[in-house]
Amino acid sequence: MGLKILVLAKQVPDTRNVGQDAMKSDGTVNRAALPAIFNPEDLNALEQALQLKDKFPGSTVEIITMGPTRAAEIIREAMYRGADGGYLITDRAFAGSDTLATSYTISLAVKKIKEFDVILAGRQAIDGDTAQVGPQVSEKVGIPQITYAEEIKGIENNVITVKRRLERGIEVVKCPLPVLITVHSSAADCRSRNTKLTMKYKRAKTLTELQEAGMDYEGFYKTRPYLTIKEWTADDLNPNPNCLGLTGSPTKVKNIENVVLTAKETVHLTSDDKDIDFLMRELIANHTIG
Amino acid sequence: MNNVFVYIEIEDGAIADVSLELLTKGKKLAQQLGKKLEAIAIGSKLEGIEKHLFPYGVDVVHIADDKRLAPYTTLPHNKIVCEIFKNEQPEIALFGATSVGRDLAPRICSTTGSGLTADCTSLEIGDHTDPKTKTEYKNLLYQIRPAFGGNIIATIINPETRPQIATVREGVMKQEIFDAKYTGQVKVIDVKNLLNKEDFVVQVIEREIEKSKLNLKAAPIIVAGGYGVGSKENFKLLHDLAEVLGGEVAASRAAVDSGFAEHERQVGQTGVTVRPKLYIACGISGAVQHTAGMAESALVISINNDANAPINTIADYTIIGDLNDVLPKMIKYYKQNTK
Repeated sequence: MGLKILVLAKQVPDTRNVGQDAMKSDGTVNRAALPAIFNPEDLNALEQALQLKDKFPGSTVEIITMGPTRAAEIIREAMYRGADGGYLITDRAFAGSDTLATSYTISLAVKKIKEFDVILAGRQAIDGDTAQVGPQVSEKVGIPQITYAEEIKGIENNVITVKRRLERGIEVVKCPLPVLITVHSSAADCRSRNTKLTMKYKRAKTLTELQEAGMDYEGFYKTRPYLTIKEWTADDLNPNPNCLGLTGSPTKVKNIENVVLTAKETVHLTSDDKDIDFLMRELIANHTIG
Repeated sequence: MNNVFVYIEIEDGAIADVSLELLTKGKKLAQQLGKKLEAIAIGSKLEGIEKHLFPYGVDVVHIADDKRLAPYTTLPHNKIVCEIFKNEQPEIALFGATSVGRDLAPRICSTTGSGLTADCTSLEIGDHTDPKTKTEYKNLLYQIRPAFGGNIIATIINPETRPQIATVREGVMKQEIFDAKYTGQVKVIDVKNLLNKEDFVVQVIEREIEKSKLNLKAAPIIVAGGYGVGSKENFKLLHDLAEVLGGEVAASRAAVDSGFAEHERQVGQTGVTVRPKLYIACGISGAVQHTAGMAESALVISINNDANAPINTIADYTIIGDLNDVLPKMIKYYKQNTK
């Protein structure tokens, strides 16, 4: 029994390295100014997908990502680790999408792909921490969702059993396929690149990337279809334009403030014995401790 | 119509603290808008639950009681809430940012086409003028949250779609009885006719929920460690100090992500919000996502080898030095001075 597995992944700005020019004046993220990485929990999701592929020979794993041209990088990265290919959903019309507009767009791509058994996604992306796109895609595609997955325990008779990691414990649930599963960071880490696959797929490209690089599509790539990363624009998805991008986003950013911490009158101390002794005496004297 | 709604989370028959905190905030928002506060309780064996909700100023409790509705699963709860929203047209709806609320709220928003803001640290009512169209909006819900690695504070609004939906972490809002004698109305949902077999395709076959042993919110003294603590072993020093002072150990997200401390100890926007008498921040730089969860501490001590750490600006005392040196000395001089 081969499974058709889709993994929703996102290339995210590395929020640990944010500079001055990280935000645009309209309050959206200036992605060009930041280092871009594979969203960590999407790697956990990819690993779950690859484990299913190992367990059920004949399965395929394909990545769906929405983003600018360079987001094809994470599709290639996933292919180096064992994915079979992917779809880059890219269009200026998607710019400024909030989670609802994003999930609408992704759900159109899923519906266009049509055949799938399991959709996996990271629980949340580090640039927003919202954990919304998974459940929203699931609703729009019209299938059940299992969030916070830690381990896929098995699939029998078309029913999947999943262990969930909740705030204060665990839960094991089962559900008939197809289903959308969001994967928690406590799940297994993603395997590293496979050398053979890295060699095989290092020239995998989207059409736009090929055109930008001035490479001959007709010749080299025609004989090697596995090197083509599929690229879909808004037109390929036949969307309702009112549901896309900034227009299709019910949430608007009203205001952005840089964080300014208000200064207090601070007592500055060193690690000298007399300073620590002074501090502990003072805390005891004002009944904070003791 | 156009009232403020709160989804009540129920675990083992007990109402979650976060739901009562949201009712407290929801009442204030409803009063500001001149609207009513309504609660949605979905679960099993809920008889009498309204009595626990009315004192928070709840005007209407919607109850869906059926043995299939506990433990929580997404699809039936989603359908019930969406049905209530369709009939009642809420202005605002609030959910706990828990593993239930964060599973349910996005599914609802996708069904209703509403905007949703996760993990808000503040909710206010205010007006808005669209900068392009000059359209004016009155009495919107300002959904305020740190964003982007805590480098900014964003105010999010939903000008056009209703309800305006937000999730809030446990402990962020205060919990207060509005009026112990307050009473409202109960509306019972006809679960049997609303739900069908397809809504129960996801089955819970095993469940182990621990009652949290740790109660950071109630700790009068918190010794918190950040990435700067350096290792799980070094966290031992924090435990030693906390034990001597009668406090609890907490951690920043960076420390939890690095495996220095358990997730339930995380303080900040995506963890617990605390208001202790004393907060000792060890090796914490002080990103706003962290300070959002501890800024209301009565007294803050920052121990850091970086004199320029942002947290030092909100500290009452800063100690510039090495934790391995400072913490044992604090224990020593505490013992010496309390003898």
